[in-house]
Amino acid sequence: MDVFSDPTNIDVYVTGFLWILKLTAAGTVGALVLGVLLAAMRVSPVPVLRLVGTTWVNTFRNTPLTLIVFFCYFGLFSTLGVTLSDDIDTNNYWLGVVGLSVYTAAFVCEAIRSGINTVPAGQAEAARAIGMSFFQTLTMIILPQAGRAVIAPLGSIFIALAKNATIVGTIGLMESSNAMKELINANGDAVIPIFLVFAGTFALVLIPTGYGFGWLANRLAVKR
Amino acid sequence: MSADAVLYDHPGPRAKIRNTILTVVFGLGLLALVYWIYRKFDEKGQWAAALWKPFTESSTWTDYILPGLWATLSAAAVAMVLSLIFGIVFSVGRLSEHWWLSVPSGIIVEFFRAVPLLLLMFFIFYGVPFITEAPMDPFWAVVIGLTLYNGSVLAEAFRAGIKSVPRGQSEAAYAIGMRKSLVMREILVPQAARAMLPVIVSQLVVLVKDTALGYIIGYSELLQDGVNTLAANFGNIVAAAIVAAIIYIAVNASLTAFAGWLERRTRRQGKAPKNSGPRPAATVETGEAVGA
Repeated sequence: MDVFSDPTNIDVYVTGFLWILKLTAAGTVGALVLGVLLAAMRVSPVPVLRLVGTTWVNTFRNTPLTLIVFFCYFGLFSTLGVTLSDDIDTNNYWLGVVGLSVYTAAFVCEAIRSGINTVPAGQAEAARAIGMSFFQTLTMIILPQAGRAVIAPLGSIFIALAKNATIVGTIGLMESSNAMKELINANGDAVIPIFLVFAGTFALVLIPTGYGFGWLANRLAVKR
Repeated sequence: MSADAVLYDHPGPRAKIRNTILTVVFGLGLLALVYWIYRKFDEKGQWAAALWKPFTESSTWTDYILPGLWATLSAAAVAMVLSLIFGIVFSVGRLSEHWWLSVPSGIIVEFFRAVPLLLLMFFIFYGVPFITEAPMDPFWAVVIGLTLYNGSVLAEAFRAGIKSVPRGQSEAAYAIGMRKSLVMREILVPQAARAMLPVIVSQLVVLVKDTALGYIIGYSELLQDGVNTLAANFGNIVAAAIVAAIIYIAVNASLTAFAGWLERRTRRQGKAPKNSGPRPAATVETGEAVGA
């Protein structure tokens, strides 16, 4: 554990996980907003919107996130000149957030859509019977119930997002995986402690989070 | 509830007009968006024939894309076989009655599910050579990483599958004098494996996508060969990325279709005895198969 008594190494470790935290936070918000929007589009009466939703899901669910992040940097930024910030780290961070959100939104959309399927048809029929529009039915009756049914899968999706945030390291952000690589290359005699500290941090945070989501899902489930 | 035709009524005359208007409005919006993207690409000269021409030449495919695809698929195939073995061993281990077997199995499964695959691959590729004092082949770094992660996910799926086999099955097996290992091997695992087939295939999609991480540690798979190296030669990174994405989507969409076919097939053949207990009507997917 000598490696981590050196303050510069501690600094590398902390910065790495701070980036993961920031990527996860922004990515979660982005994916949730986009995902709910896509799910609404996929169940809407307008065929064009359904088409957009389906295309999005089929495209991004089947493309590796690595390729998407790669494209965000080399395609959007380097080639097409999309710049999100003047600071190189912040720019890479936002490009990573875009990639993570776009990719994860496809899974959020599918989770919510399967949640919509758990709401008994009678609920929507009753809503229609009292004259609610599609939008009202969806936002006031269906989505709140669907949301409570999909807490567990959404939890897995956001845990996966936190882990996937390491992939943004591909485009040069010094997140935890790059930080670990740097420490390993500099301290070949302590590779196992380094790995255990980095992997352990993820395990220590994400395993309880998983159980927390399971508990929350049970608590908030709509009892039928 | 099937989403369509339930959330909204069958359209009457007014709703039909409204839907048509919305279709036109959103359709035009979509076209405008597509045109805007087209213009953006055009401004940067991304439609230049020179950038797309390489894909019409067979040498591009035989030199870059097909070797990359082959490397991707072979790593995925080897990792799939190994992770299936890993998954069965550790799911059975976790269900063991001996604590010295079930506790370590549980810890290993939970640990590798929680650790990012990239971190794992970095450790195997950059870290392990310091211990073994021999260079690590990127192929094996990718395969071992994929095996540990997907094996752990499959172990959990198998555990759920084994638990979903009706209790009477194992009770009957014990009653005719089978030992636990035999019950596991002959009764529970085969049934769980069939029940879990769709999960296994969707995990394969995750596995195929995750091989792209190999690019980061220098394994020359589709992303490395077919996008990076190819674009380095022709300067067409956007075009190469789009072509590679289409290949990934084609491979994974056919795997997903295969999973759907398998599910229909197993559902048809698996004639459960009547009154074998209530089946949960509509459950949500576990969301495990997110992958990278």
